[in-house]
Amino acid sequence: MFNRTSIINVRNVGHHAIESLLRLGYATRFFALTLLNSGTSFLRVRLIIRELYFTGVLSMIIILISGLFVGMVLGYQGYQTLKTYGSESALGVLVALSLVRELGPVMSALLFASRAGSAMTAEIGLMKATEQLSAMEMMAVDPIARVVAPRFWAGVISMPLLAAMFSAMGVYGGYLVGVVVIGVDEGSFWSQMQSAVDFREDIVNGVIKSVVFGIAVTWIALFEGYDAPPTAEGVSGATTRTVVTSSLAILGLDFILTAFMFRGA
Amino acid sequence: MNEPDPTALVECRDLVFGYGERVVLDGVSFKVPRGKVTALMGASGGGKTTMLRLIGGQVRAQQGRMLFDGSDVGRMDADTLYAARRRMGMLFQFGALFTDLSVYDNVAFQMREHTDLPESMVHDLVMMKLHAVGLRGAHRLMPGELSGGMARRVALARVTALDPMLIMYDEPFTGLDPISLGVIRNLVRKLNDALGSTSIVVTHDVQEALDIVDYVYYLSEGVMVAHGTPAEMRASKDPQVHQFVWGEADGPVAYQYPSKNFSEELELV
Repeated sequence: MFNRTSIINVRNVGHHAIESLLRLGYATRFFALTLLNSGTSFLRVRLIIRELYFTGVLSMIIILISGLFVGMVLGYQGYQTLKTYGSESALGVLVALSLVRELGPVMSALLFASRAGSAMTAEIGLMKATEQLSAMEMMAVDPIARVVAPRFWAGVISMPLLAAMFSAMGVYGGYLVGVVVIGVDEGSFWSQMQSAVDFREDIVNGVIKSVVFGIAVTWIALFEGYDAPPTAEGVSGATTRTVVTSSLAILGLDFILTAFMFRGA
Repeated sequence: MNEPDPTALVECRDLVFGYGERVVLDGVSFKVPRGKVTALMGASGGGKTTMLRLIGGQVRAQQGRMLFDGSDVGRMDADTLYAARRRMGMLFQFGALFTDLSVYDNVAFQMREHTDLPESMVHDLVMMKLHAVGLRGAHRLMPGELSGGMARRVALARVTALDPMLIMYDEPFTGLDPISLGVIRNLVRKLNDALGSTSIVVTHDVQEALDIVDYVYYLSEGVMVAHGTPAEMRASKDPQVHQFVWGEADGPVAYQYPSKNFSEELELV
């Protein structure tokens, strides 16, 4: 009734399921250890500041430029659609709400994952491959407290700030195209935006999203690096997995968060 | 018998260790006397590096005991283990310097992590440690700018930063040019005697090691097969030791990886 191949296939599925579950377990334990060992990072804030520079400040250029372009595209596309209904003056609202609620947090997290997340994975993976993490352990310094935790908090802190910059640049891009180039009325662009964007409902929810994405991306990136096999192949595979897994996690989490946040709106 | 030997800093008793099904160390016992340089020799893959990881508590034995200064490393909780590690130093095969820190910061790392010394004193200590390995002038360089031999000397300065009781060397002579090799070899001996510490050198560079060590343990396929002073090892009649010490291609350790009969492989039969 069952041939050999189908039994092997079923067995493979089971094997993969168990493996994934084990990895999820390791990752969760790693996350808990990171949180438990965060004390040092906060006692020695310099450690976090240094990582903030590498993950946050160095990601700013790509975030600001992408934000500007996304905002400009929104300006054009929004104008074309709104014009059909004669409501070009609502362009400011459209640009601001799309950015603050969705595009800001999601796009900046995707960019952050590929710019800073991949770098974190590669760095930690190589530190492990060159025995730097072992050397640290042998010097009685816990690598999770000294290497992982400062990077984690730097990621979590910089993500919402980057998302805010992305949205601000996007709004400016929409303004450039909508008002300066196309000629939508400047007064209604800004005033409608002011009255329609709610602080609690839109901005705070956007910030919550980007904090969640920051936790997810940094956690995935650090875990993949820490767990990478100590070979060239292992580190490259881990870097790829960081970008793929965190991009999927961002989009999946975005759907869940949106469903909870804006269900009645 | 069960009391730890006070003259030994590290004492290994009937130790069994394996990764999964594969047994790496099978009932190994040895003693590392205080103040001496002891070599652990054996072919690659013979469990020597694993032994250092066991002493450092990075892995734990399935059976037997690994005593460091009288207490069992395998039974320590995290805090005790970290306290014990502060009294150990380990030189990794390729130095394992932190690539994001300068030479100076690498050597200062443990002082800053474990002590509250003022920065001026850290500076003096770092310079003394670097001077001992002849690299005081290189303190501003990054690890990427160092040659292999220099990197290992910096790593040695970092290992001795807090004057450890025990210094472990994992293949310290591998991949060095003859001059760097001579420098490292002499440093191993000099630092041990100057700091009054105890050293364990894991190596398969026989002649280099035999010149500087006080005692040798020979490990083969997870079993301690011979031990003695360098002179005894050189004169050993044990075929395994003889093959190893004199670097002969064939002997008890076969040249060929286990395989089926050659004529069968070529399908001649």
